[in-house]
Amino acid sequence: MKKNKTFHKKKVWVVFLCCTLLLLGLIGRLVYLMGFRSDYYYEKAQDLHERERDIKAARGQILDAKGKVLAANKTVCTISVIHSQIKDPEKVISILSKELSMDEAAIRKRVEKVSSIERIKTNVEKTVGDTIRDYELPGVKVDEDYKRYYPYSSLASKVLGFTGGDNQGIIGLEVKYEEILSGTPGKILTTTDARGVEIDEIGESRIDPVAGDNLQISLDANIQEFVQQAALKVMEEKQADRVSILLMNPQNGEIYACVNVPEFDLNEPFTLNTDTDTSGLSQNEKQDLLNQMWRNPCLNDTYEPGSTFKIITMSAGLEEGVVSLNDSFYCPGYKVVDDRRIHCANRNGHGAEDFLKGAENSCNPVFIEVGLRLGVDNYYKYFQQFGLLKKTGVDLPGEAGTIMHKKENMGDVELATVAFGQSFQITPIQLATTVSSLINGGNRVTPHFGVTVQSPDGTYVKKIEYPVESGIVSEKTSETVRYILEHVVSEGSGKNAKIEGYTIGGKTATSQTLPRSANRYISSFLGFAPAENPQVLALCIIHNPQGVYYGGTIAAPVVRSIFDNVLPYLGIEKTAPVENVTPTPTEG
Amino acid sequence: MSVDEKKQISKIDMTLLVLVLLLVVFGLVMLFSTSEYNGRVRFHDSAYYFKKQLFATALGLMAMYLVSRMDYRFFTRLAPAAYLLAMGLSTAVLLFGQEINGSKRWLNLGPLSFQPSEFAKVAVILFLAWQIDKSRKDTSGFWFMCRTMLTLLPIVGLVGSNNLSTAIIILGIGVILIFVSNPKYMQFIGLGSAGIAFVAVFLAAESYRLERLAIWRNPEKYEKGFQTIQGLYAIGSGGLFGRGLGSSLQKLGFVPEAQNDMIFSIICEELGLVGAAVLIIIFGLLMWRLCVISMHSRDLQGTLICAGIMGHMAIQVILNIAVVTNTIPNTGITLPFVSYGGTSVVFLLGEMGLALSVSSHTRAPSAYNKK
Repeated sequence: MKKNKTFHKKKVWVVFLCCTLLLLGLIGRLVYLMGFRSDYYYEKAQDLHERERDIKAARGQILDAKGKVLAANKTVCTISVIHSQIKDPEKVISILSKELSMDEAAIRKRVEKVSSIERIKTNVEKTVGDTIRDYELPGVKVDEDYKRYYPYSSLASKVLGFTGGDNQGIIGLEVKYEEILSGTPGKILTTTDARGVEIDEIGESRIDPVAGDNLQISLDANIQEFVQQAALKVMEEKQADRVSILLMNPQNGEIYACVNVPEFDLNEPFTLNTDTDTSGLSQNEKQDLLNQMWRNPCLNDTYEPGSTFKIITMSAGLEEGVVSLNDSFYCPGYKVVDDRRIHCANRNGHGAEDFLKGAENSCNPVFIEVGLRLGVDNYYKYFQQFGLLKKTGVDLPGEAGTIMHKKENMGDVELATVAFGQSFQITPIQLATTVSSLINGGNRVTPHFGVTVQSPDGTYVKKIEYPVESGIVSEKTSETVRYILEHVVSEGSGKNAKIEGYTIGGKTATSQTLPRSANRYISSFLGFAPAENPQVLALCIIHNPQGVYYGGTIAAPVVRSIFDNVLPYLGIEKTAPVENVTPTPTEG
Repeated sequence: MSVDEKKQISKIDMTLLVLVLLLVVFGLVMLFSTSEYNGRVRFHDSAYYFKKQLFATALGLMAMYLVSRMDYRFFTRLAPAAYLLAMGLSTAVLLFGQEINGSKRWLNLGPLSFQPSEFAKVAVILFLAWQIDKSRKDTSGFWFMCRTMLTLLPIVGLVGSNNLSTAIIILGIGVILIFVSNPKYMQFIGLGSAGIAFVAVFLAAESYRLERLAIWRNPEKYEKGFQTIQGLYAIGSGGLFGRGLGSSLQKLGFVPEAQNDMIFSIICEELGLVGAAVLIIIFGLLMWRLCVISMHSRDLQGTLICAGIMGHMAIQVILNIAVVTNTIPNTGITLPFVSYGGTSVVFLLGEMGLALSVSSHTRAPSAYNKK
């Protein structure tokens, strides 16, 4: 047996000291991990433990000019089961299959599946959801949810647009005003273990959703409904492909109606509005058809405006002073420009006529002459000054731009065709807005739907402002244009739009679509009333009517019937001298 | 003399005893908290692991009491036999071992299972104490050093073939005891360098060990770094004062086998930096008592036994915490008295009994003065 010597003790002490140093080092390491890096790891761990469920925010409503709800929310329920919390599976299966009228086997499969949460059915009516909740079955979760609902189904479908699965706007006002309407979704945070099972003791933290604001628009459901009926009537009568009618206030740009028939059902936006057999089509082809259906031709598509564009040529000529009401013209039925002979709609010619008469007759040679008097530079200048080269800024997505000759490529022939509305394309909304500005005294307004943004509880209302560019023509020119256009209706080609007691201005148009050989026409009429102080402007465009296709014959009566009803509805007094006191019965 | 003996026996180191009991209770509480979820999920019994550990602890406390009442020199005499038994058991486990989690480490003895490698550690401490004590020659020679290490090789090889971590612990204990028995320092610096070189070659020889190094440096980038990362999340999210006892979230299946090697991370999460530091300090105090007992031992045997026990404790505590905090690459070493493991707690408490026995046989200053 040995004694322990001093060096033994010393060495044990050395070992102990080394170990103590190492332990101190480890404490230092812990200070670093738990002090300085704590936030980082805590956050990482939090991410790992927390499951997030979104709570949808109630989307703001879209209200019409009178406060009628055009787009609303419907409360629907989502029924789910949580496997680990179910106490009596048989009872759950039988009650759910009874209340949801679903196959028992299908529910059994989901109830018996070992998963953290299994969805049984979505978009369940609230009453059914409430009934299920009242059973107080452990493990059955009824979550409330919002679904967009359009009470008027197809009314103004291409204006309002619709929302997708997450309540996000997809087309129309729903997407343009997404930020205002959407609100802020809330969150339910639950803590789970590694298997994803919620830990009840910790409970859930909730961030409440903030509902979106309501949007009031200038569109009036009553007007829209009436205009839609008128459009459907003419579409059916003329077996047209489609009809678009735009009704707006030329003074401030508010749009009262924007009809594009055929419309589609906003509550079923993925169902085609035609009876097209889609069974043989690929996914892409089907999507193309849907995209086509969702388009708003008033602003997504351009067309050759035809004779309605003579209003622009007329305004430019008057403003530049190259033509006046009493200037004399002679129409032999055509006009030779350079080496081309351009025909008038009346091949026999209108003979001698002054400018006013030329406008009433919608005489091409007269307007070609005015165009040529202006010259390319001036014509282009006014084209630009009137705002035709830029978009109108309407508050709907996907507005198409103007398709116009480049100035350097414009010769007299091009100028002549542009002067009576051919060889270039603009959108209907562009035409309506430009004419509005020319007849309202020269203020280029921004066409729009959105008027005010309102909080859901109505505590605040914010008016939406739109830019107005004044002085695009002089007040005098504007007055002359109104005078001429009033005569077009009272004396000339637009006489089918005449309503006794009202002064109505307007211009007809008939244009042939490309290719010309197809013999497809676009008949249109642009009218406004009262002519001396326009409050309503209507543009009716009929695509590919069968039989008679003259704008003055088929489109003008449509606007007439609309004005006949809408003008009294809007409280616009009859101003013209009335010859016959009995009011005409309304049509349609 | 007999009067002296009695007097000495009654004078066991109370501080050590209190520290050990404190650790045992703390360990049981934390084990219950940590294993509660796994027990519930796997065995539908929250106390499944706790009950087994409680039984082993009771067994261990009994062993500690008995051993502390006996003279440690009795065990030193049995050391060669114990060493041979350890080798025999380690061989047996290779042949008939029960495989758990892909490692053959357990021998089935009816309802109990037994981990021979835990016994091997005690056997090695006793065997080295015996060898150094019995050696007639000077123990300061280089050859003595080598020879002593060589006697350890069979057990290191046997244990290391399926349990590398325990083999490292055994080697560590060997190095510490030889260091203590040798008055020189320089040789050990050489030995240390050789050790480092050996480890480097050892690591480079197998690519999977290099992978371990890569995981250590960037645990978030590797799938196998999962355990390490989960441990770090637990430690980091504890903060200064922790989530509170029983409130760990990482033990809910995120840290795999939270009640085993990674238990320290859950302690950090629940008790925070303060709790973790207190635990480390308790371990430090325990080592300090073992160091004091070792230095006050009446003979070299006692000194070596206590130094060995201290070394054993220190190596396991330091390596475990270093692994859990990702200070060194991952290797499976349990935290003494706290991690789940019946065999471990029985033999650890047995070792504490030995230390208490040594403490009760020190020369009391009064007795020393009388002579």
